[in-house]
Amino acid sequence: MQALYAQLLVGLINGSFYALLSLGLAVIFGMLNIINFAHGALYMMGAFVAYFLLNIGGISYWWALLLAPVIVGIFGMILERTMLQWLTGLDHLYGLLLTFGIALIVQGVFQNYFGSSGLPYAIPDQLKGGMNLGFMFLPVYRGWVVIFSLVVCLATWFLIEKTRLGAYLRAATENPTLVRAFGINVPRMITLTYGLGVGLAALAGVLSAPINQVRPLMGADLIIVVFAVVVIGGMGSIMGSIITGFALGVIEGLTKYFYPEASNTVVFVLMVLVLLVKPTGLTGRAA
Amino acid sequence: MTALTDDTLRVTPRAMRDEMVLFAVMALLLAAVPFTGVYPFFVMQALCFALLACAFNLLIGYGGLLSFGHAMFLGTAGYCSAHALKVWALPPELGILVGIVAAFALSLVTGYISIRRQGIYFSMITLALSQLLYFIYLQAPFTHGEDGIQGIPQGHMFGVLDLSKPTMLYYVVLVGFLAGFLLIYRIINSPFGEVLKSIRENEPRAISLGYRTDQYKFLAFVLSGTLAGFAGALKVFVAQNASLTDVHWSMSGEVVLMTLVGGLGTIFGPVVGAFVIIAMQQYLAGFGQWVTVIQGSIFVICVLTFRRGVIGEIAHYFRRSF
Repeated sequence: MQALYAQLLVGLINGSFYALLSLGLAVIFGMLNIINFAHGALYMMGAFVAYFLLNIGGISYWWALLLAPVIVGIFGMILERTMLQWLTGLDHLYGLLLTFGIALIVQGVFQNYFGSSGLPYAIPDQLKGGMNLGFMFLPVYRGWVVIFSLVVCLATWFLIEKTRLGAYLRAATENPTLVRAFGINVPRMITLTYGLGVGLAALAGVLSAPINQVRPLMGADLIIVVFAVVVIGGMGSIMGSIITGFALGVIEGLTKYFYPEASNTVVFVLMVLVLLVKPTGLTGRAA
Repeated sequence: MTALTDDTLRVTPRAMRDEMVLFAVMALLLAAVPFTGVYPFFVMQALCFALLACAFNLLIGYGGLLSFGHAMFLGTAGYCSAHALKVWALPPELGILVGIVAAFALSLVTGYISIRRQGIYFSMITLALSQLLYFIYLQAPFTHGEDGIQGIPQGHMFGVLDLSKPTMLYYVVLVGFLAGFLLIYRIINSPFGEVLKSIRENEPRAISLGYRTDQYKFLAFVLSGTLAGFAGALKVFVAQNASLTDVHWSMSGEVVLMTLVGGLGTIFGPVVGAFVIIAMQQYLAGFGQWVTVIQGSIFVICVLTFRRGVIGEIAHYFRRSF
């Protein structure tokens, strides 16, 4: 049973990353109509920025948790201003191709300087050690990742669904021209939205740095799994992305325990099943 | 919304005659390669990728469907051909057939699944399906995991053509490429191809005219996947191995890049793009990961400033289709 709980925990952690990443993808897609292929590369950048902050600037994990998403988010906003904004009105597929190119550039540059091996990132002192929950041993850091991700996901949901800013955002998703006529600076909102989505990816990167090592290709395979998560959950609903992300992480964890050979493929197999049964995805809005 | 390809160009009998002239020129130039001292291995490799890119282009350029998983057909056909040649010791022609049949079967299944969604979802699904196959091949015993299938015998095609001679192999690959190219050209200009283009332009209107667009897209997917498998089977003879690289997502990305550089929805564009990208990899091989950075930059530059691609720009300049 210990092993089962341990795999469930790993599943929850992976689920946190799926949720944070697919949430960002959904937010970006809503405003920019772009599937951000660079999301995995920006997740990786988040982890690297945390690594640099600690090893060059001596800045702790706690500050990195705030600074890395801001730094990578600003980088993302520069990308949006210099490149992505020129795709407005073109076929959606060009956004996919452009961001794929950006991902190749970013990953290639990091691979040149850091190879393919992983760099260690120490768990902060306050989160070291573990707790005995009676039925299992819980490493504190892993528990922290799950809870913190959940809080961030819910805060993002609250921001978009319940605040005035979120209302502008949702309105601009539906009809940008009309929202502009009300005097709201929609292009700036688009830039900020991209920054927000990218910041969420970078935050996931910082959270994963002490668990999975910091590697240039850490986001490359992850983003494909997240695409499958997005196909399963659909991008129509924020809460849908969060729930699907966590649920698939847990299912993956269970697979690791009961049938480890399929743990790499289970999310893709589920995607196939969902497409066969309900082609529009679980949240049901047609693309 | 701007469509993916240049639609101001009309296909006229004159344009078709020009295309046949260009095809003859291309075939003659390629046939002359063994006499020029150009490294034949390089050209053979480029021809396999050119056929793959042409098959991919059939789907995106004429059907408007961006597959981000075409490496799965290349790799599947490669593995199955390699296995048939090495383990079952089949002659080359049957080995190729095994690869094509495998790619055909795979495209039936993956097409049935992925055609259910449109646009970017279609791209994400094909990418996820190819990643699924990647993991299956990584674990399946017959692919030999990281090592791949190596030292594949080339054999005698139809019992007489000795494929271990580079010149003979070159002409066999060339004939295969030209046959595939002509088949794709025929498909594009058939009534089926015309319906496909109309779906790309305006699917709801095609539906209202009574076309079952899903069936057309499915057939285009199967044709494209099967032809990509043909390219994969030919590549086995050139490279004499089948490895995980051919199923990896980066390979799917390269095919997209080749077609984008040459020109989406142009007839000769994917061929030009394949030669450009393979030549670039050849000459920049010593620069390690910078090749990835350069490829990424080409993607960015193409999308931002050069969406018609090399052939597309030329065709646009002369106001013709090539």
